[in-house]
Amino acid sequence: MSSSVSLRDVSCVFRSAGKTVHAVAGVNLDVQAGEFFTLLGPSGSGKTTCLRMIGGFTLPTDGRILIDGQDVSQNPPYARPVNTVFQDYALFPHMSILDNVAYGLMVRGVDKASREKKAQQLLETVQLPEVGQRKPPQLSGGQRQRVALARALINEPQVLLLDEPLGALDLKLREQMQSELKSLQRKLGITFIFVTHDQHEALSMSDRIGVFNQGRLEQVASPADLYNRPSTRFVAEFVGAANVLQGADARRYAAAEALMIRPERVQVRRRADDTAPGPRVSGVVREVQFFGAFWRLQVQPLDGGAPLLADLPVQGSDHAPVVGETVGLDWVDGDLHIIEALHP
Amino acid sequence: MTASSPTSAAARNGLLDRLSTLLYTRRGLLLGVLLAPPLLWFGIIYLGSLLSLLANSFFRLDDFTGQVVREVGFGNFVEIFSPTNLDVALRSTLMAVAVTLSCALLGFPMAYYMARYARGTQKALLYVAVMLPLWSSYLVRLYAWKLLLAKEGAISWVLQALHLQWLLDAVLALPVVGGSSLSFSPLGTYLVFVYMWLPFMILPIMAAIERIPGSYLEASADLGASPAQTLRQVIIPLAMPGVAAGSIFTFSLTLGDYIIPQVIGNSTLYIGQVVYRQQGVAGNLPFAAAFSLVPIVIIGVYLWLAKRKGAFDAL
Repeated sequence: MSSSVSLRDVSCVFRSAGKTVHAVAGVNLDVQAGEFFTLLGPSGSGKTTCLRMIGGFTLPTDGRILIDGQDVSQNPPYARPVNTVFQDYALFPHMSILDNVAYGLMVRGVDKASREKKAQQLLETVQLPEVGQRKPPQLSGGQRQRVALARALINEPQVLLLDEPLGALDLKLREQMQSELKSLQRKLGITFIFVTHDQHEALSMSDRIGVFNQGRLEQVASPADLYNRPSTRFVAEFVGAANVLQGADARRYAAAEALMIRPERVQVRRRADDTAPGPRVSGVVREVQFFGAFWRLQVQPLDGGAPLLADLPVQGSDHAPVVGETVGLDWVDGDLHIIEALHP
Repeated sequence: MTASSPTSAAARNGLLDRLSTLLYTRRGLLLGVLLAPPLLWFGIIYLGSLLSLLANSFFRLDDFTGQVVREVGFGNFVEIFSPTNLDVALRSTLMAVAVTLSCALLGFPMAYYMARYARGTQKALLYVAVMLPLWSSYLVRLYAWKLLLAKEGAISWVLQALHLQWLLDAVLALPVVGGSSLSFSPLGTYLVFVYMWLPFMILPIMAAIERIPGSYLEASADLGASPAQTLRQVIIPLAMPGVAAGSIFTFSLTLGDYIIPQVIGNSTLYIGQVVYRQQGVAGNLPFAAAFSLVPIVIIGVYLWLAKRKGAFDAL
């Protein structure tokens, strides 16, 4: 597979109110053709600036951006083979839905009949064949989202950029759109670069994920690798729940300076039905949170040290855990992940 | 009342508290209190005088006694269509169209810059620059222009210094718009009209452009539109309600003004002057009333055309 979008030492510096902000600082990235790539990070981490630089809305202060091997770093948006789905959809309110979708062909001088035919086809692709004559304000948020998608696809871009496109939708609709987006991407076979701050969304949709923090790319990996083998403390804590132990706390359980174990990998043994040999850690339950399929316990080890999170499945537990209960915690060594790079 | 919390009960007993509770619980009452003064103002003082104007236009002036005869007739409206009066209406309308178009063309780039690029202090300064002329007296500015445009005035002097006097002479030699000097030509009237009404065009256009989200322009560029296409397809259509609002100002102010053409121009008449003379010098209030309906009708037609052209689609 060839590289579809490449960033080479890309930086972006803003000056606002006399202060210099390094929105993106020296990012290197290769997105493969046909890949569903997600830029994940908290707000202000540089992921949206990165997307805007690929789209051409913000020019990099330093570094090069290549699309399909061509340096487009200084090209305006209309001279790049990418299209964008905007966070607020940005549908033109004075045009009908059909004209909105056909806009990309209209500005290229395609005749009315053929551009409207194609726009109608795309509206059918996003399952909205009936709304062509309506205006954007007459549509619901989910419908507008689909129209924005159809509009961005009309020029058959090699790369589609999506800037938190599902952020404004409610949970049910968002989950539905997630699977529709994913299947659309598979069908079209084009590269999707997707920006989100929602780690669930990133894990469930992406082929690979790049995690941003303070303008830097912390880790690029598949969802499974990112979850199971985070390379930094930041990634471990941002993606999913994690017990991150450092220094003396880490040395207590392994010969490492920093390690991580996911709460669902920590087995909880309750005294009453405990038949196995002694647990690694004995502790007192400090907090109990109910998540439907499991309880998440915060356990304070009796011999001191940092408290640990552990998930207790509801299935197989005869009664709910209570605060103050003494439990044993255990895990297999393979589930302990040693973090090589500590975040500064 | 068993007064479970005596302090809060006491706090609710003041007259003002009871009033605000009443207004809070009965929203209709609050709306009525707030809307009554402006509605009375518009309904009685504004619409009332407009209707009385309309009523007056059906009366006539007795040529011998100089008294208004309160009989309904259409004589005034017939007289409006006399060649002299049609000439006045046509000249005023053409002037209003020219002034409006020029204000829109001059005002749009300024408004665009103020809305999209100017920030902080610069924006405040530009605001002041646009508004500043409105702070000084209209007559002072008018006579200042008289001096600028006069035969021995600043503009002529500058052109002479640049050896461009021939250009001014050529322009003034043009039929219809020319004259003996800029201050005695329709061209001069036009220049002063444009100057006077420009702020009324810039501000509404700026407000309209400020309401266009930046993402619309980005989306347009993203889909392949050049900046010129984005301007034509997205910015201008969405700024049209502002242009329309501004043009209502420039159009109606030009149609209604009777002082500017009196001070600067070649003493051909405009609608405002005819109305002014008829009610003042001639004392023919009914005809003045009838003639003052002309700009109202023209603006009505203008708005109807603007709506048909889709100027308000983006509202």
